[in-house]
Amino acid sequence: MHELAVSQSILKIALDNAEKAQAKHIKSINLEIGYLASLFDDSINFYWDIISEGTIAQGASLVINRIPVEMRCFDCGKTYSLEDDSFDCPDCGSIRIQVIRGEEMRVESIDVE
Amino acid sequence: MTSRIEVGKKILSANDELAIQIKSKLDESHVFGINIMASPGAGKTTFILKTLEALKGRLNFGVVEGDIASSIDSDKAKAAGIPAIQINTGGECHLDAVMLGGALNSMDLTALDLLIVENVGNLVCPINFKIGTHKNVLIASIPEGDDKPYKYPGAYRGVEVLIISKIDLLPYVPFDMEYFRKGVEILNPGLITFVISAKSGEGMDLWADWLCDTVSSWKESRM
Repeated sequence: MHELAVSQSILKIALDNAEKAQAKHIKSINLEIGYLASLFDDSINFYWDIISEGTIAQGASLVINRIPVEMRCFDCGKTYSLEDDSFDCPDCGSIRIQVIRGEEMRVESIDVE
Repeated sequence: MTSRIEVGKKILSANDELAIQIKSKLDESHVFGINIMASPGAGKTTFILKTLEALKGRLNFGVVEGDIASSIDSDKAKAAGIPAIQINTGGECHLDAVMLGGALNSMDLTALDLLIVENVGNLVCPINFKIGTHKNVLIASIPEGDDKPYKYPGAYRGVEVLIISKIDLLPYVPFDMEYFRKGVEILNPGLITFVISAKSGEGMDLWADWLCDTVSSWKESRM
């Protein structure tokens, strides 16, 4: 359900930026969303069609660049992506781990005409 | 002709900015805010009421209850003599900075040392929406299972305190504490953790003492 609030925020950012550039129409919105952000593409798209109606973003496509979760082991330096049921380092078994990517929730750019 | 405008902005930046304003408001009023998050049925309201019982006479506190509907939780707090405000989100699965900001307008912050915000029961969304509190607290109850850090990693990343609750049920449900805590340690190294049972009272004094000390030293540092 929070995809509604997220979609509204995306729309506001896109419209603000398009207005500043005096654009007539927004063709696409390029997003970076990490897997740890717990957002679902289908839900965002579902709300998007409803809330963008009647704005210059109507019909714009949401291009979602999904960022996988990337971890780095403090002990052996191995970087790896998150597995389902085990987070520890696949090489040395350490649990001293840093999450380095995967929490992004950003509007990177918009394509306008 | 199509052209690209670089934006590079966090999607929830508007909410983040409002959350900063709320934090300033709490700071100015010398009120320490905590945001309690957990899945539905984890025992948030009982935990809060027991916490406040333990803090009675030591701190002045108020509660904001977030639920999709009903005033059941704020009624419980008011019945216990605690100043409480209910926010009904009307379907939204989380509290956000706008909702909390509105609620705080009808609360006398000058009379408080501690504000406890009970977020909507949900392990997915609330963590994304900052509300301006000083500490985010996650409750994980034993019957939810030991795999929750692995299934909801986002929830375990953005918190400063973890409460492992309903520890009295440990003999009755399968729960591998070592597996659970390993997942937590990887996602959030050194996370301050309390193991409690609101029902039996086990561990509640340690948590209440910690909270009281944290609020007192925060207030002193602001003098």
